[in-house]
Parts: sequence; structure tokens; C-alpha cells
Amino acid sequence: MDFSRLGLSAATLASAVPAVRVPVGSGQLVPACRVAHEQGAHLVALWASDERDRVGGTLVRVALQDASGLAVLEVAVPDLPDARYGDVSAVFPAAARMQRAAFDLVGVASEADDQRPWAWMASWPIDRYPLRRDFEASPKWEPGQEDYEFVRVAGDGVHEIPVGPVHAGIIEPGHFRFQIVGEKVLRLEERLCYTHKGIEKRFESMALADGCRLAGRVSGDSTVAYAWAYSQALEALAGLAVPPRALWLRALALERERIANHLGDLGYLGNDGGFAFGLAQFSRLREEVVRTNLAAFGHRLMMDLVVPGGVARDLDRDHAAAMVDEAKRVAAEVATLRGIYDEHDGLQDRFRTCGRVTPELAARLGLVGMAARASGQARDLRCDFAAAPWDALAVRKAGATGGDVAARVAVRFDELAESLRLVRSIVDHLPEGDVRTPVPDVPPHRLGLGYVEGWRGPVLVALEAGPGGTIRRCHPHDPSWANWPVLEHAVIGNIVPDFPLINKSFNLSYSGQDL
Amino acid sequence: MLRILRQIAKTGMRTEAPPAPADEMAKAARLQADVLRTLGRALAIRQVDAGSCNGCELEIHALGNPYYNIEGMGIRFVASPRHADMLLVTGPVSKHMAIALRRTYDATPEPKLVVAVGDCGCTGGIFGESYATLGRVSSVIPVDAEVPGCPPTPTALLQGILAAITARVAVAGDGESATPPPT
Repeated sequence: MDFSRLGLSAATLASAVPAVRVPVGSGQLVPACRVAHEQGAHLVALWASDERDRVGGTLVRVALQDASGLAVLEVAVPDLPDARYGDVSAVFPAAARMQRAAFDLVGVASEADDQRPWAWMASWPIDRYPLRRDFEASPKWEPGQEDYEFVRVAGDGVHEIPVGPVHAGIIEPGHFRFQIVGEKVLRLEERLCYTHKGIEKRFESMALADGCRLAGRVSGDSTVAYAWAYSQALEALAGLAVPPRALWLRALALERERIANHLGDLGYLGNDGGFAFGLAQFSRLREEVVRTNLAAFGHRLMMDLVVPGGVARDLDRDHAAAMVDEAKRVAAEVATLRGIYDEHDGLQDRFRTCGRVTPELAARLGLVGMAARASGQARDLRCDFAAAPWDALAVRKAGATGGDVAARVAVRFDELAESLRLVRSIVDHLPEGDVRTPVPDVPPHRLGLGYVEGWRGPVLVALEAGPGGTIRRCHPHDPSWANWPVLEHAVIGNIVPDFPLINKSFNLSYSGQDL
Repeated sequence: MLRILRQIAKTGMRTEAPPAPADEMAKAARLQADVLRTLGRALAIRQVDAGSCNGCELEIHALGNPYYNIEGMGIRFVASPRHADMLLVTGPVSKHMAIALRRTYDATPEPKLVVAVGDCGCTGGIFGESYATLGRVSSVIPVDAEVPGCPPTPTALLQGILAAITARVAVAGDGESATPPPT
């Protein structure tokens, strides 16, 4: 991204993908966002840090991505009661909830109209900000109940359905407020953050080396992606080159995580479409894959496999061979099942035109990851910034333009087939050598970025070390931040009974967004 | 349709097949027999995610796959706490979920069982207690059995469910609660 027309200069950041840091003045934040937007950039993340002890204020960071890499705009907001930073959501709508969360957690306000709380839900005093360094929790604070101002729709025959936070299925908690007429959805408003468990604050009490375990538990279904992104950030700060075999094993684990999640979701998508056969078949395949993970890596979900400096466990020949056999067999079975899904009229009737996000809408709202690829946004970090080992694997990018449930199902099938191919290719070309190297000390007060294409989408970890191997600040950013607001648009005009199907086709993370 | 039938015939009965790791399946088969003997009727479970990272939920989902076939043991997951005999609760209990969890517990008819799932549900796990979490499930509602693990395997989950039931049956056998639970 080129900000020279605003007279801004960029400095290289320690990062896994090309990245620059761009300090901006308070009046330049929104203009810089506009300049980036004109160059095709989209929003990756917005977060804030209490830096009153170092720069006398709060630092708000806005990570943007275009074809050249990442740019992190950095604006210092002085510690004054009325200080505000520019409303980034005016350019990138996905910033709205991130700005609201940044206020709740750090106490720095944007100029946006919507100043409703997001991360705050009456469990701590509204004028205390947990991510400030002088914050101290009191045991006297009891969980409370907020009076959230949902946007209501009025008119003849319009009524409201509140759902959650405790849902009917085995899923994460969140609240959905539907405004409907008949069975048609006029409006959906999400109220998330029920699983807010203070992850960012928890990081600050951990050593740099231990933070990886917590990163791997931000969103359990993406544990490999998070652990890798965290490790990347730390390794970038340390200037550490990871042994090639470790990089390839990380890629193997990441693809196996993608395979397991797509298998699971394809089963549930069939089930939500009234086709229980699909769930039985795909859940069987998923179980077989996670059992192989257990046998090879000692954990069904591969938690704590990726560690800073490499991987915690090598892959032996027998398990490598088993993975190749399994990949061939599962690929053949998935091809059969895809034929059955494609030819099943009842299922296709539910999938097609359902929960549509047009490419234009996806671009405007900043949809990311797998869902974006189903709406014509052809971005995939494994292809667009193909560092080792991706450069040697030539990942084929999946894509569709329909933007409906059928398109997201098709992209999942394509990615599943590609990941199964990648498993075979990775095992066949696995370099010999060490799988772990010691991580040297890292300098404090520098920002390091990790950025990994998880199964759901790109996972960003922004990490800053403190003195003596401590974590000063860590912001893990889930692709769900960007995609949850788009789900609200995807259901408009659909019928309420199709919501579970549409929701599952995105399968967004609550825990990853709630932090 | 033919292809569907062919796929079903080709897949066969996975519940009885002994796939690797074999001892895991043997354990599951024993548990299945124990659940049926101890319970002798359907058990309705309501799962509540009170703040988990979703890792435990993945393993709870796995209980439904053909390998564990939890429905074949007469155990099913229900949509409302009002239909449930047991709550399967994952944690750590976030403060934002504490009220919803307590209300779910109150909505579950007596006699009821609560199983705390995962390291976080048992102890607060890596998240501990903080401004945002209350930690273990038992700090919010009474717990009958705990299943540690990060996340616990499906087999461990079945063992925990069984432990909670056998503990309750043992208590009923002592005459403290002679009335059988409603069917």
C-alpha cells in the first residue's frame, strides 16, 4: 500500500507476510484508510493498547491487507476525557464491533455513532477498562444484566424472535434477535461476547513461551492455525528461522485441521438440510481422521503440536504412510459423497439461493476466508503470500461466485479435495532434519505479526514482548470478526427455518470473536 | 438413490467394527453395555457451553458419530433443559454466561445431574478465574461428576456420564431417593 500521497512513511514490521507499520496523526487515520481502500485493501483487524506509560496515551492499530501485504496504521490517542480517533467503520464497515470492543476493553473511543457496548455485558463496572495496565478486578463484581438496545423493526405483522444465548444444539452461546414478518426474516441482529473470558488480559500474565498454549485455545477448532500464527509472531520478533521439516509438519497439521473441520461441517450441512445420511457418513470420516491425528501426534485436535521454534513431535514413517493411505481413501469416499450431495434434489433445493452474499456485498462488507472465496473474493494466504512450505506445494485456490449455501458447500468440497492432495504431497516431500530449535530472547516493545490461513479464514496474531520474556500485549484476531456482521445480511429475506443451515454454512467462531 | 444405498451398504456397521486404536473401541463397547445396564432407559442430555473454546464441543459432537453411536445407547441430546435429565457443561464459566447457566440449571427438572466437562469446566483450566470468568462449573451450579481433559476424548466423556449416573443410582439404592427418575 502506498500512503505517500498523505506524506506518510512506512517502516518494515517483523512479520510472517510482508508488513509495514505506518504511524498516522489523529486526523490522518480515516484518510489513510480511504487511500488504502482505493488501492483494494480490506480490513484485517483493529485493536488498541494502553500505552500511557510509554507514549502518554492509547495506541489504536488498524491492520489492512492488499495484494502487497499488510499495513498496520498506528494512531496515538492522548489520555484526555474527550479524545477520539476517526471512525474506521465509515470506510471499512467490519471495524464497527472492533471499535466498540476496543472502547470496552481499553477505554478509547472512536467517532462512530454507535457507541453501544460490545465486549462489556455488565460483569464489571462500565467505567473500568480491563486491558488498561492499572486495571484491578474486584471479587465484589457480580455478573450483571445489561439492557442492550437492539434495533427494532415496526409495522403490521412484524414480530421479534429472541434466540439464545443457550442454543438448542451443541454449539457455542450467543444471542440472535430476529425481526420477522410471517416466517421471513426482515432483520437479524447478533449480540455476541457471551464467552468473553479475558483472553487478552490472560496473555499479559504469561511468559512468551507459554502464550502459544493459550493461543491454541482461542478457538478450539482452529488450534493449529492459532498456535502457528502465535509462533510466527514470536519467531518474527526473534528473527528465528524454523527448521524446514517443522514448517512442513505445521502445514500438514493445518491441512489436517482443515480436512477435519470441512468433513464435520459437510455432515452437519447435510443434516440441517434434512439428509441425516450425510452426517453419518461425514462424521465417520472425520472420526477416522482425528484418530489418525491421535496416533501420529498424540492429540485428536493436534493441540500444542505447534510450538515456538518448531513442532513438539516428529512424524514417524509408519504414521506418515498411514496418512497417505488415509488421504487416498478419504478422497475417494468424499468424491462419492459429493456426487450424492450434488444429485440430491431435496438437498440442492435447500442449498441453492439460500443465504446469499453477492460478490459486491462481500467486497463492500469485507468478508474474509472460506466464505469470501464462495462469494468471488479470491484470497488465500497460502497462495497469495506463499512462503515456505506453500511455495513448493502450489496450493490451488478454491472459488465460487454464487455466494449462497450451495457455493460455500462447493468451496468446502474443493478445499477438502485439495487439502487431501496436500497431505499426500507434504508427506511425500517432507524434508529430513530437526523439528525444533530454541527460541532466543526477543527485544521488548516491538510488534510482531503472525498470519495463517486457517480453515475458516486468516488468523492474525499481533504480539508485543515485554522485558524478561513476558508478554506485554497480544491480540489474536479471528476471521469471524469480519464475517459475523455479513451473516446478518446473508439471512435477510430468507425464512427463519433456514437460519441454522445458513449459519452452519459459515460456521463462525464465538469464542474467537468474544475473546 | 441407488448410490446412497450402495454407499450405506459399503460403509456397513461401523459401531461394531474394531478400528484403531482397538483398546479405545473395546472400552467404548464396555461403556455402552454399562450405560444400558445402569440406566435401562433413555437419558436426555442438555449441553451448555458456558464459555468454552469450542474444543470440548467438537468431542461432544463426536459422541454422535457412528463409532461411538451415543444414540444407540439410549442417550440423546435435547434442545431444552426442560427435557433434560443431565446437563453437560463446558467452561470456564464466563461471567457473561453465569446467569444463563444458572437459569438453565433452574429450568432442568429434578432429579437432575450435572457433569462438568474439560479442564476448564473442572478447574477453570488455562483461563483460570479473572475479571471475566468464574472458573470451574461448580462455582456456579452443583456438579455431580467431572471429566478432565483438554478436551476430554469421547470415551472419557462416556465414562464421565456413566460415573454420574452410577453415583446417582447408588444413592437411590441407599434409600435416600427411592423414587425412580421420571421416564
